[in-house]
Amino acid sequence: MLTKRIIPCLDVKNGRTVKGVNFLELRDAGDPVELGALYARNGADELCFLDISATLEQRKTFAELVREIARNVNIPFTVGGGIGSVAEVGTLLNAGADKITVNSAAVRNPQLISDLAGQFGSQCVVLAIDTKFDNGEWFVYTHGGTRPTPIRTTDWAREAYNRGAGEILLTSMNHDGTKNGFALDITSTISQLVNIPVIASGGAGTMAHFVDVFREGRADAALAASIFHFKEIEIMDLKKYLKENGISVRV
Amino acid sequence: MKLAIVKYNAGNVQSVEFALNRLGINPIVTDDVRELQTADKVIFPGVGEASSAMDYLRKRGLDKVIKELRQPVLGICLGMQLMCRHSEENNTDCLGIVDLNVSKFPPLDKVPHMGWNSIRCADNPLFRGLPDEPFVYFVHSYHAEIGEATICTSEYIEPFTAGLCSGNFFGLQFHPEKSGAVGQQILQNFVNL
Repeated sequence: MLTKRIIPCLDVKNGRTVKGVNFLELRDAGDPVELGALYARNGADELCFLDISATLEQRKTFAELVREIARNVNIPFTVGGGIGSVAEVGTLLNAGADKITVNSAAVRNPQLISDLAGQFGSQCVVLAIDTKFDNGEWFVYTHGGTRPTPIRTTDWAREAYNRGAGEILLTSMNHDGTKNGFALDITSTISQLVNIPVIASGGAGTMAHFVDVFREGRADAALAASIFHFKEIEIMDLKKYLKENGISVRV
Repeated sequence: MKLAIVKYNAGNVQSVEFALNRLGINPIVTDDVRELQTADKVIFPGVGEASSAMDYLRKRGLDKVIKELRQPVLGICLGMQLMCRHSEENNTDCLGIVDLNVSKFPPLDKVPHMGWNSIRCADNPLFRGLPDEPFVYFVHSYHAEIGEATICTSEYIEPFTAGLCSGNFFGLQFHPEKSGAVGQQILQNFVNL
């Protein structure tokens, strides 16, 4: 049976992981390669690396980092953060990334999704949507959630699906950082609207939240950062808990 | 040990190369006929679309070269599907190494089938040392029917061939190079054949 996926997300700046406490198992918790390999050993199903580097110079080092990750990690991983062109995606995929995420650039130029799907195949094109509930509706935000758009999240998800996106990474800004649980309603809506996997993100605080997002939220995968980095939840414990609660996971 | 990865227009071989590196093997990636014929083992990877891949192979005569290889050959994902007789993907005649047809998943659930799923393996050296019904990583929209050459099955929407074998030819629908310790064991088993 196809299992639900647990995906730790690592923010990377100038080749170093940004969040996280000391991992006793690691010589260097700031090394994304070492941390990623540890998560893979501890039961993560996939990894996500987001480059939050500010300058172009720093961004160049990201492709080298992706190659090192691919060399050392034996599970699939997605990379993203500020990706704007087909050429950039080609570089990251050639370096060994399995999938890439696009966000603001795709909102600005939706054709980018079609171009990427046409050139590299839908399976590696993940559309990241930052969404916020405003006046009774969910809208798309860009630039790391700092810029509102008039685009409804459901419309954008449908368009991205029609253009060949292979997966949607949906982050609720209302829930992100709250640790009060995922946005179940919009996740469930999008998951039933498009016939591609939906990764829920934002709001994970307890193991029960993951049960909710897989059951009520109908998510195919769940992504979280700080609860894993600060060891509030161990991935293996989470998977055991999910299994006990009747959610199909890889253990 | 000389291991050759078939170089063609379908996909990214970087992950397969790195996975073999982790086993201490440095494969060569080549479309040179002589290199392929003289390798101890050949891996035929593939992520992409069936008809353009077959066109590419035929134009270069690689279709015949691959079919006539005598050493162990491992097709991965699209590589496995191309070993079959026919694919529904753009109505493509494939290599016909095994007598199986490839068709699209019926749209009764999300397609592609993406993520970790369990497999049931027959007694085959390729699967030596694996736990019962292990999990492996799949990404595909087309799947091969189950037939005589099937040595491993999985189920998504319906049962399908996750692994096949005919003589010296082996194929895997999933990605061993991305399937953690289980995948690494399968690749090691192939190397040991």
